[in-house]
Amino acid sequence: MNDDVKGQEMTTPAQTPAQTKGASEPLLKVDGLVKHFPIKKGLLQRQVAAVQAVDGLTFDVRPGETLGVVGESGCGKSTMGRLITRLLEPTGGRIEFEGTDITHLNTGKMRPLRRDVQMIFQDPYSSLNPRHTIGTIVGAPFKLQGVKPEGGVKKTVQEMLERVGLSPEHYNRYPHEFSGGQRQRIGIARALALRPKLVVADEPVSALDVSIQAQVVNLLDDLQDELGLTYVIIAHDLSVIRHVSDRIAVMYLGKIVELADRKDLYATPMHPYTKALLSAVPVPDPRRRGVKSERILLRGDVPSPIDPPAGCRFHTRCWKATQICTTKEPPLIPLATGHQVACHHPENAADQAPEDTTLLSAAKEAVEVVTVVAKAEEEPTPEPPAKRVEK
Amino acid sequence: MTAPLHDTPADADPTEDVAPAAGAGVRKVEGRTLKQIAWNRLKRDKVALAGGVTVLLLVLVAVFAPLVVGLLGHPPDEFHQEELEDLTNLPKGAFGGMSGDFLFGVEPNKGRDIFSRVVYGARISLLVAFLAAVVAVVLGTIFGIVAGYFGGWIDALISRVMDVLLAFPQLLFIISLVSVLPDELLGLRDNGVRIAVLVMVIGFFGWPYVGRIVRGQTLSLREREYVEAARSLGGGQRHILFRELLPNLVAPVTVYATLMIPTNILTEAALSFLGAGVLPPTASWGSMLRDALGTYEHDPMFMVFPGLAIFVAVLAFNLFGDGLRDALDPKGTR
Repeated sequence: MNDDVKGQEMTTPAQTPAQTKGASEPLLKVDGLVKHFPIKKGLLQRQVAAVQAVDGLTFDVRPGETLGVVGESGCGKSTMGRLITRLLEPTGGRIEFEGTDITHLNTGKMRPLRRDVQMIFQDPYSSLNPRHTIGTIVGAPFKLQGVKPEGGVKKTVQEMLERVGLSPEHYNRYPHEFSGGQRQRIGIARALALRPKLVVADEPVSALDVSIQAQVVNLLDDLQDELGLTYVIIAHDLSVIRHVSDRIAVMYLGKIVELADRKDLYATPMHPYTKALLSAVPVPDPRRRGVKSERILLRGDVPSPIDPPAGCRFHTRCWKATQICTTKEPPLIPLATGHQVACHHPENAADQAPEDTTLLSAAKEAVEVVTVVAKAEEEPTPEPPAKRVEK
Repeated sequence: MTAPLHDTPADADPTEDVAPAAGAGVRKVEGRTLKQIAWNRLKRDKVALAGGVTVLLLVLVAVFAPLVVGLLGHPPDEFHQEELEDLTNLPKGAFGGMSGDFLFGVEPNKGRDIFSRVVYGARISLLVAFLAAVVAVVLGTIFGIVAGYFGGWIDALISRVMDVLLAFPQLLFIISLVSVLPDELLGLRDNGVRIAVLVMVIGFFGWPYVGRIVRGQTLSLREREYVEAARSLGGGQRHILFRELLPNLVAPVTVYATLMIPTNILTEAALSFLGAGVLPPTASWGSMLRDALGTYEHDPMFMVFPGLAIFVAVLAFNLFGDGLRDALDPKGTR
């Protein structure tokens, strides 16, 4: 899937002609999605504030594609995943799955839809019930959905186990007998047992060994081709995201700041935050050792989602922030074909607020540019407190 | 686990090495269930095992009391004046009249066989302790799981009720309750009423302890991702409570129940000692202690045996319960 042709050749045997790329309706449509967790205090449990975990997300997921979602810890990406699988009740906005509004469906009405929307969890140690056998775990979807597959549940479960690279004989074993990677495969088998259309994977490999990560990611890839799945993959690892995604959404503090095709995003990042993120990715290429690379180090912490900054949420740490950034929130708009950005002063594109040129005083100290001369033994030499990045 | 990742039997017991002979490629994959692991660990804990054997022995003795007494003693309510000194009414012979005929000696004044009475007393003590533990476990599990899973005002309400019950002076309550109790209640008579009341009251004041443990466990378990996974598969609340959460609560509840029985034995003994237990002439360990109180200066052995019985029973249950907790603890060393 990491071939660049992949984007054009998404058609899989499982897809009907109507679902092929381009002419298709989005599988999942999210519009202005909001989730605030109330903070209650006192005897009467009065709401005093709210954690604005997700604050207005708008995006589509097309059939057959993989949408990667990146962002640092606490930016709301996991909350987003639990909202679109309706494990959490949205505070506002709208979620449409195959044209059906599922925003506020109750448990009973949601049940039939659960066949089509499944989730892969982060922690393979807590996502499998230690008191159940693998057969019970992977067979649970059939039981809960009242589905009677051809050839019986046991046979289907064993086929599923084989498909994810486990042995059918593992049917009667318990989770504690398996390694992390094997457990994650069991979790994948459970999620795919009912042949869902959309799979939301919340940090599917972050709890695994690096050597196992590749296996699991490639397994997800293969299964996508075989079963014609659509993925929303949430991760904080940029190299994993780059490997699996067709399109990538970058989140910061509950908002999408940039949404673009993978190639575009890595080649021409437009949002300063994306640029800073990408500059932090180490280059695992020995031949490029010694080549100077500049690393943008953001200063300070992510502001609290309880009281996020006004205007652009990134302005407190952005080296390009001007007056307008503190007052006016930049909308997420396409600045190139298929490349949406929410920024007043994007990189690699026309300035959206050219009249506002005075930098904020904070912006001048917002970042530090470190030039990494990655020769074999040489320590990274930080430049004396850098003022700002050259434009 | 040492070798769970391969297709070899996880149990490296040489006696099970029959698989290769059965044919290549059809080697039986056999993992150990959690129960087997716990049992293996328990087997290695000699102290717990000794406790378990003693418990088993006590239960057998209680169940087959008529048989045991028939073989080794005299009916528990039979008076043996011939075993007592004429003048003092104290048992003839040393150590409270211990002899081959009367293993633990005889009571002063009445001359009843202490051995038989201790054996029959085990029936009352263990019965009340077991049943009260069952009542406490059932109530505690239900209320604990509901409080922990649903949270909010339900949790607040149940937790406050538990706090009130834990602060309640249960001994005083039972003593006053017994004194106003009718002789006949719901078709039960005399001792039946007393036993039922003891069970219900000890159980009722015991459930908050179980409830708190279950509530705490549920609070932590409901945040596990497998609960979310069950929800994302369309599992309802009943499925989550009984299929996902309850199996994970069995171990702590079992352990707590085993550790609760000795407490119940002590409570029952205390109540009998205070006269709120079964009616005489039925023997129970606590009431025997009270009977012995009047003559302990002249015949201490009458006090020793029921006291020893309580001590051994409580110790055995505690040792067994501790061992069970270690064996069932997934974090323990194997």
